[in-house]
Amino acid sequence: MKKRSIVPIIYILFLLLPIYWLVAMSFKTTNEILGGFSLFPQTFTLENYKVIFTDPTWYWGYINSISYVTLNTVISITVALPAAYAFSRYRFLGDKQLFFWLLTNRMAPAAVFALPFFQLYSAFEMFDTYLAVALAHCLFNIPLSVWILEGFMGGVPKELDETAYVDGYSFPRFFATIFIPSIKAGVGVAAFFCFMFSWVELLLAKTLTAVAAKPIAAIMTKTASSAGYELGLLAAAGTLTIIPGAIVIYFVRNYIAKGFAMGRV
Amino acid sequence: MKTVNQKAWFFVLPVLVLVAFNALIPMMTVVNYSVQETFGNNVFLWQGLDWFQQLLTEERFYKALGRQFMFTGLILIIEIPLGIAIALAMPRQGIWVPVCLVLMALPMLIPWNVVGAMWNIFTLPDIGLLGYFLNNVLGINYDMTQDPIAAWITIITMDVWHWTSLVVLLAYAGLVSIPDAYYQAAKIDGASNWSVFRFIQLPKMKPVLTIAILLRFMDSFNIYTEPFVLTGGGPGNSTTLLSIDLVKRALGQFDLGPAAAMSLIYFAITLLVSWLFYTLMTKDDLN
Repeated sequence: MKKRSIVPIIYILFLLLPIYWLVAMSFKTTNEILGGFSLFPQTFTLENYKVIFTDPTWYWGYINSISYVTLNTVISITVALPAAYAFSRYRFLGDKQLFFWLLTNRMAPAAVFALPFFQLYSAFEMFDTYLAVALAHCLFNIPLSVWILEGFMGGVPKELDETAYVDGYSFPRFFATIFIPSIKAGVGVAAFFCFMFSWVELLLAKTLTAVAAKPIAAIMTKTASSAGYELGLLAAAGTLTIIPGAIVIYFVRNYIAKGFAMGRV
Repeated sequence: MKTVNQKAWFFVLPVLVLVAFNALIPMMTVVNYSVQETFGNNVFLWQGLDWFQQLLTEERFYKALGRQFMFTGLILIIEIPLGIAIALAMPRQGIWVPVCLVLMALPMLIPWNVVGAMWNIFTLPDIGLLGYFLNNVLGINYDMTQDPIAAWITIITMDVWHWTSLVVLLAYAGLVSIPDAYYQAAKIDGASNWSVFRFIQLPKMKPVLTIAILLRFMDSFNIYTEPFVLTGGGPGNSTTLLSIDLVKRALGQFDLGPAAAMSLIYFAITLLVSWLFYTLMTKDDLN
């Protein structure tokens, strides 16, 4: 048993090395970075982080990203809950076809959709708003949420529904006060995956925004080309993009593995 | 048993409307472009299937397609067995499990262009940890901006770093759902580690592995941001995958017609291969 644990340890070290390098670089001055190789920051500086927290173009990038990601998570989960319930409890005309069609939307390359998305959201005058990015990310997050939630709902016995009806609960009241609390873990896991995929996606987010809703990751690319190659600053901004995901995953750490196991194929 | 209830459609209606809005309208735009020539200013000329014909007789398309299949093939060959091996070696319970899972999930939570930029910094020959180590400590001449093989190794390593954890999480989820009784029975029968794996663990992991393979196939086949940021498709065209080639056409050269035709062929290939994987992997269940 002990001998085997070397494998995950080596793997985790391999995962952490590039992250360490990014974090280490964020505490270095640009001069030190370009001056030569050093394993640890020699002149430890918080200057890079100070720039990000004081310059509005930087910190607004974070606010923008977090805003549309949160909005997307709320929309995705809200519409996915009743749909997942329908898939898990009822049979209806075209249910299997619909389920498969939903999943195929993950297969469309985002690169394919970038330009049409721009035209679509411009036509509806939503270009450069949080709502545009949040809705666009629904394309891949709603199918995923339906899929995960349906798996968790399948684990709840149908007797729960029937007992509630006998007890005189109306459907909305049953759904909100009994059913959803009983699949809390599933909602958590689905929300985590929505947050994650919306947070890491950039191509669509970048295409659909200009100034007001520009994501942090896009601001990094822009700064990289306009302000010369300020590696320390970029590294600090990159380090900060890891933090929201790390916080969210901490809350659902015990359910992550389960989330996938319960999904149906 | 599920009851038949057509009213359930009302429950799926919001999902249907939102996804269709995002999927069908852009898809129609793409179809529209793929059969026309545009000169800007909303002037369109009917082209029929010319773009498709042109694309399918073009060497550039097949080269990009070949690179794409090579990339996805290598990714699957490395990540799936590696992910299973790591999941098997992980502890099944205890305080280290959540720690492992959180640390392993970290790479997946980093925005994709940051992943590319991070690996760029990591592999720079003069100031990157890996690049410096390879060049100056091990004495290997490594520069991915010059050497296509080094560039390939780098994008593959980056993807293994980025996504193997997904396979680990899925395989692990399948493993922990196996009841202890199975292992006890195997022990009584004196089964070897290999037969435990072959006849208990692997079959039990099959549903989640199907998901893992499908997700990894779709996502690696559509990958764009990370290799684009890391290598920009170079050196030369050596790492120009299908999506990078597509964006070059659509935005770089503004050849909207050919790019749209390519998008449709691209989507059709993804759909076809996914369907093949799905049918092959679930074939036994149906019998």
